[in-house]
Amino acid sequence: MQAFHPKTLDEALAAAADGATPLAGGTDLMVEVNFGKRRPEMVVGLRRIAELREWERSRIGSGVTWRRVERDGPRAYAQAARTVGSPQIRNAATIGGNLGTASPAGDGHPFLAAVDASIEIASTSGRRLVPWYEFFTGPKQNALQPGELITAVVLPERLPERHEFGKVGVRNAMVISTVCCVVTRDTEGSTTVALGSVGPTPIRVPAAEEMISAEPSPSDSALGEFARLVSEGVRPITDHRSTEEYRRHAAGVLARRLLERCLA
Amino acid sequence: MTTPTRTRPTVTSGIGDSPLRPDGVPKLKGEFQYAQDLWSEGMLWGATTRSPHARARIVSIDIGPALATGGVHAVLTADDVPGPGMFGLEHPDQPVLASDEINYWGEPVAIVAAEDPDTARRAAAAVVVEYEALPPLTDPEEADRADSVFRRLQIRSGDQEVTGEVVVEGYYEVGTQDQAPLGTEAGLAVPDGSGGVDLYATSQFVHADQSQVVEALGLRPEQVRSHPTGVGGAFGAREDVNLHIHLVMLALHTGQPVKMVYQRSESFTGHVHRHPARMWYRHHATRDGKLVRVEAKILLDGGAYASTTSAVLANACYFAVGPYRVDSVLVEGIGVKTNNPPCGAMRGFGAVQSNFGYESQMDRLAAELGMDPLELRRRNALATGDRNPTTQQVIQTPLPVAECIDSLAAIPLPDGDDPILPGGSGLTTDRSHIVRGVGYSVGIKNLGFSEGSDDYAEARVRLTDEGAVVETAAIEVGQGLVTVLAQMARTALGISKAIVRHVDTSRIGSAGSTSASRQTQISGGAVMEASRRLRERILAHHGGDELDDLGVHRAGELIAPMSELIREGWEETYTFRHPPTTPPDDDGHGDIHADFAIAAHRAVVDVDPELGLVRVVRVDTAQDVGRVLNPVSVQGQIEGGIMQGVGLAVMEELVIQDGVIRNPNFTDYLLPTILDAPDVEMLLIEQGSWWGPFGAKGVGEPPTISSTAAVAAAIRNAIGRDLNRVPVRPEDIAL
Repeated sequence: MQAFHPKTLDEALAAAADGATPLAGGTDLMVEVNFGKRRPEMVVGLRRIAELREWERSRIGSGVTWRRVERDGPRAYAQAARTVGSPQIRNAATIGGNLGTASPAGDGHPFLAAVDASIEIASTSGRRLVPWYEFFTGPKQNALQPGELITAVVLPERLPERHEFGKVGVRNAMVISTVCCVVTRDTEGSTTVALGSVGPTPIRVPAAEEMISAEPSPSDSALGEFARLVSEGVRPITDHRSTEEYRRHAAGVLARRLLERCLA
Repeated sequence: MTTPTRTRPTVTSGIGDSPLRPDGVPKLKGEFQYAQDLWSEGMLWGATTRSPHARARIVSIDIGPALATGGVHAVLTADDVPGPGMFGLEHPDQPVLASDEINYWGEPVAIVAAEDPDTARRAAAAVVVEYEALPPLTDPEEADRADSVFRRLQIRSGDQEVTGEVVVEGYYEVGTQDQAPLGTEAGLAVPDGSGGVDLYATSQFVHADQSQVVEALGLRPEQVRSHPTGVGGAFGAREDVNLHIHLVMLALHTGQPVKMVYQRSESFTGHVHRHPARMWYRHHATRDGKLVRVEAKILLDGGAYASTTSAVLANACYFAVGPYRVDSVLVEGIGVKTNNPPCGAMRGFGAVQSNFGYESQMDRLAAELGMDPLELRRRNALATGDRNPTTQQVIQTPLPVAECIDSLAAIPLPDGDDPILPGGSGLTTDRSHIVRGVGYSVGIKNLGFSEGSDDYAEARVRLTDEGAVVETAAIEVGQGLVTVLAQMARTALGISKAIVRHVDTSRIGSAGSTSASRQTQISGGAVMEASRRLRERILAHHGGDELDDLGVHRAGELIAPMSELIREGWEETYTFRHPPTTPPDDDGHGDIHADFAIAAHRAVVDVDPELGLVRVVRVDTAQDVGRVLNPVSVQGQIEGGIMQGVGLAVMEELVIQDGVIRNPNFTDYLLPTILDAPDVEMLLIEQGSWWGPFGAKGVGEPPTISSTAAVAAAIRNAIGRDLNRVPVRPEDIAL
């Protein structure tokens, strides 16, 4: 295995153009290597590239670790960051790595979906900005083309006033989510709900959003209807972690509780 | 006038103290040598080719591509196994390498030695095996009907026609728990240049490893020396051999040292698991809560090979009633053979599974009678002098069932909120969604080997310039054996300077397995008796009346200094046996067990019923510990054992579909974290044992036996619903 340790993005992009596999925190890639699932011939290490660790207002470099998001991120993004792996993992793992892996269970994804973030991607031929819904293309699949690297997450200039994250897992910490969710609500009542682990990609539930956005101060029955629409709108599967039925149920319960927190 | 007085040093760090464990600081600093850290000049690395099928016929094996890989020194298959090629802890029914049939997912087919671990793993993957996949037998009830069984056991006591005024029935399931030791299987085999091998590998029982290696490969006993080495956790997973025979084969074949370390996922297929159980129960009682009859059918899935299934099944059946008096008993036990992963020893050894059954029934009966669940248990509590209702054995050891129940009830319940909510860091809830529940369970288990096994341990105590040196092959797996054996030697000899030194199988007799909560009692018995005899011999030889760190004294005067005793080269070897036991007769009766221990648990849980998430707030316990020899170690065993029980109650389960383990990794096999750990209040009941050294009873397993059932009962109590399966999953609560 050949490894490059560039200090500039241009050098890294050149290596990526030559087919090198990007390595940031290594908390996903090295697991795959250790399990014998991947055996990259060339690896380009991204940790020495200062530009990728920059965080300016709404533009967060892809090399920013989950520990930093946990400490400095917007509320729901920080709440999500707190649930990424263990402290050791969070000290190494990056938001770019989370997007590169594009797991349906990625804890950071629902926040990006809920606030309509974009992902900045670069290659030797330039940069492009991809909206989250075009970035995630399937389970562990994304819009990255060969030779491209994820350089930043771009949030909207203004975030909704209230946003809350929650994650259901079988253990009280350090667990792959069974369902994770972010609900946002602004002062006009406009509401978004995004969920992870309940579909091939992070998903929004437009029917639930439209219904509840029209309710300036939702009644108990409106909240119940919101939960029902979320449960109906998700597309979970049964696997070794949980069942379709439970995920559907938990998605609705969790979304309603997060909305209630936004309203409180 | 002043009388000259002499201050004699008293023994420090003896029985009752909690001296610093000798391996503690090295482990904390990362300096302790675990089997994973073994190294030898010029060593090769081994890897294993495993079956991707749960059941198949091997059509052909082509080792050519693997052998052609650069850096590969050997690729061996069943054809290369010298000798009978079979092993097994109780019955040699498992092939060292599969030759024509595959019986479980992950069964070893070929082994490789190469110059580095990565090359070895790639070569193992390059072995081309053509399989004809066959439909696996994975349903234990189907296996029972097909008479695919390792053991059937029936226990009948008393009038079989009697019925109770009140009858409750239930069906219960226990999922497959894994020991999940943090250290995976690892070892190093070093050829001695004259046809023999020194084996250093993770183990709980080096003498059994040695004899299985010798027998499987048709070697002479003196050709293989098995050495105790650093073991990072065991819990039963290290009782069976796994990589041991493979390492010896590769070392003998290549003439070079060979090391092997299982990766985490391989570890989950490389050792046996706790038996999953299906249990059908019927309890009969009088209206005032006296048990009249208990009927149970207990079905354990042993998986593909025997391992210790017959003994685990027997334990589940002998303790199928629990620590309660009842005259009429019928227990039918079946340990089936399937194509699921092999199951064997795990902390609690069958008593865990049936505890969930009978304690769930006791709660059901209490509810039916409108009686307090602890009061029902108290009214039926077994005591010393009673017969165990299953085996009819008269219990001679102190058996403080009622005392454990009363002590537990006296521990104050927590008042106020727990700082951690169900869902923990996932922020799923606030207090408005939480309900609290309280549940109880009382458990009983045997200590030591049973059913007529010759259960013994040899130990040697020598006086050297290092102090008293205890030599033993009893394995330290993290439980603190090396600490307590030295404490025993100190107190029994009267000498403060004592250490434990592990020696290999050629230099000392067997200590038996580090299992069945037995080493403190059995190896401890050997150390205590060897020390006592050594002291008597030394005193007799010198005509003294006192031995201490300075030497032998007579009437307060030092007559033989320690340096002289060391020059004299004193040593004493002793083999300790517990009171003999008998195999069961046709009704399952006999003096089956050597000793018993009791624990009672009370769990307090906070449950979010809507999401089905649980926070175990407290697990309090009263445990029958015989005598506390080392307070810190006893506390550690109890807290750790409770954690393992909490794990089985709410999260620890191997998910197995069609014989394939779906979660062989720590991402998805969930062990409790510190945010899942309850606080523990404990009361230690010290009534001694009828034969244990210094009154000791084993303390390692009882904390695991009834803590699971207590947590399940607390969840039922919180949500007011029946739960008949552990682990309790969120969907079992919420849907």
